[in-house]
Amino acid sequence: MNRPESTPATMAARPAQLTMTADGKLSCAGAWTLDHLADLERQIAGLPKTLTGHINCDVGAIAAMDTGGAWLLQRTLSQFERSGCTLSIQGMSKDFGALMQTVAQGWAHTGQYQRSAPPSWLERLGQGAWRAADNLRKALTFIGEAATATAALLSRAQHMRWRVLLYNLQVDGLNGMPIIGLLSFLMGIVIAYQGSEQLKTFGANIFIVDLVGISLVREIAPLLTAILVAGRSGSAYTAQIGTMTVTEELDALRSLGISPMSLLVVPRAIALIIALPLLTVFADAVGVFGGMLIALSQLGVTFTEFLNRFEYAIVLRHYLIGIGKTPVFAGIIALVGCYQGFQVSGGVDSVGRHTTISVVQAIFLVIVTDAFFSILFSWWGL
Amino acid sequence: MTNAANTATAPAPIIEVAHIQTRFGAAVVHEDVSMTIDKGEVFAIAGGNGSGKSVLMREMILLQQPSAGEISIFGQNIRTMDQAAVSALRRRCGVLFQHGALFSSLNVAENVAVPLREHTKLSKQLIEELALLKIASTGFPMASVGKFPNELSGGMRRRAALARALALDPEILFLDEPTSGLDPISAAGFDELIQQLDEWFNLTIVIITHDLDSLWRIADRVAVLGGGKVLGIGTMNELSTSSDPLIHEYFHGPRGRAAKEQAWNRK
Repeated sequence: MNRPESTPATMAARPAQLTMTADGKLSCAGAWTLDHLADLERQIAGLPKTLTGHINCDVGAIAAMDTGGAWLLQRTLSQFERSGCTLSIQGMSKDFGALMQTVAQGWAHTGQYQRSAPPSWLERLGQGAWRAADNLRKALTFIGEAATATAALLSRAQHMRWRVLLYNLQVDGLNGMPIIGLLSFLMGIVIAYQGSEQLKTFGANIFIVDLVGISLVREIAPLLTAILVAGRSGSAYTAQIGTMTVTEELDALRSLGISPMSLLVVPRAIALIIALPLLTVFADAVGVFGGMLIALSQLGVTFTEFLNRFEYAIVLRHYLIGIGKTPVFAGIIALVGCYQGFQVSGGVDSVGRHTTISVVQAIFLVIVTDAFFSILFSWWGL
Repeated sequence: MTNAANTATAPAPIIEVAHIQTRFGAAVVHEDVSMTIDKGEVFAIAGGNGSGKSVLMREMILLQQPSAGEISIFGQNIRTMDQAAVSALRRRCGVLFQHGALFSSLNVAENVAVPLREHTKLSKQLIEELALLKIASTGFPMASVGKFPNELSGGMRRRAALARALALDPEILFLDEPTSGLDPISAAGFDELIQQLDEWFNLTIVIITHDLDSLWRIADRVAVLGGGKVLGIGTMNELSTSSDPLIHEYFHGPRGRAAKEQAWNRK
């Protein structure tokens, strides 16, 4: 039973041992400390399950003992007793005896702990339904509160937090330009490249303008920008407001008579509603420029030809439809981001969870709304 | 690992701090700090806010490097330790952080089980039993063991965190302001608990506090930090008769006198 140790011993040299002889003599030896307990536990599991008669337990050779070892010995001995054995213990030192007693007393207190059973599927279903309904109610309340706060602030412009609004305009709008520009540029290149292969075979080179122009301006640039902003700014809103909830900063604001809605939500929402259309215009321009470069290099369509055709092919309504959707997207992103921030409760893991929910929900809602717009516009024949 | 057999040995230094210097940029926290902590004693580090008590503790538990000077724990210099030695050392030290620092995604039982699961290969059942045992020994109400940290009161959180610090049967227990933010009754209860645990588990306890009641009650020796230096080390009785004006101010302010009287009355 003398197995090699699994962990390096830090103190006692001899590993713990438990040996049982046929005549019912149990001898314990070595260091009954945490390092050796795993080994000891296996040795105990190897003892016969049902023991009867008298057991003579000799603990004199135990060199060291900590609470873990004391508990294991205590547990093993009381198991023997429960199975109907009589025990006599020999060689227990004063210190170890005191430790064993402390452990036994401690264990007596743990009895009040009751492990809660995992809920049944019916209970989980009910809780899930209740939570969903509750979330819907909270979301509607939040939208209502945000709308009234916005209306109140717009009617009394001197109460608007202009600095916060301008700051968010800079952080969410201006600072997002490089990444949005780069990705939109690449998107223009990809679309033009894929299209040019097809158009070349028909000799319909000039229609690259229609392809790149309409797809980018009407659909791809607004959607791409909204998704990037949801990832960039929506998540930041949730994390920021959520952390403020955890650190009680929101409560501090309320107690100072500052409405978190008017300080944190309304300026962010308005800033994003201004910034997202502007970012989309920028994305349009950079994306089309990317398309122009490919049109020139792959299809020989010069910049002048491209722009002449562009003026004719891309009628104003495509552009307006593309831009017109973005304030709605911006509203969705800002509201979802802030709402999820307010839903944070408890600790730091909640911040992470709600940030994830915020980004996923915002992107999901943006795409659903975009699909809804597409259906609506095709009904109207736009 | 508390070795209950070695209680009667003569005091031996378990932590030695020699000429520590700590600076953050231009700010000097410790100019020259030295102290020796003996095995088995309850050693308190006192001092005003910003005197570098917590930084000193963070250096002792290897969370921060001093700018100069040496710290030895169990006779090993922590500067020259390799990764394995650091890991072994960490197993022998339990730390109670000021605000508990319980993992917010785990309930109390799971929090206390974390070090056991991480450092031992015990069965799930035994880990849970040992965790419950440690929780019971801190007087944490057993009915709340399934609760999450944010559902607990400050005092309960402190006890749960103490149970986690004790999970691996450490030889040294570091306590960072264990009674701050507790009401007087809870604070006194916590002091008693610390004494009780010291007796049960034969610990060396390093306690950072400016709670004068705690200092009178549980500290064997006290080091007072101030101005980047150790102003004085000794028992409370020695320090309270010290002629150093800063120490005198510290212990003989209105609150210091009241705490002393209380301590005497209790004795």
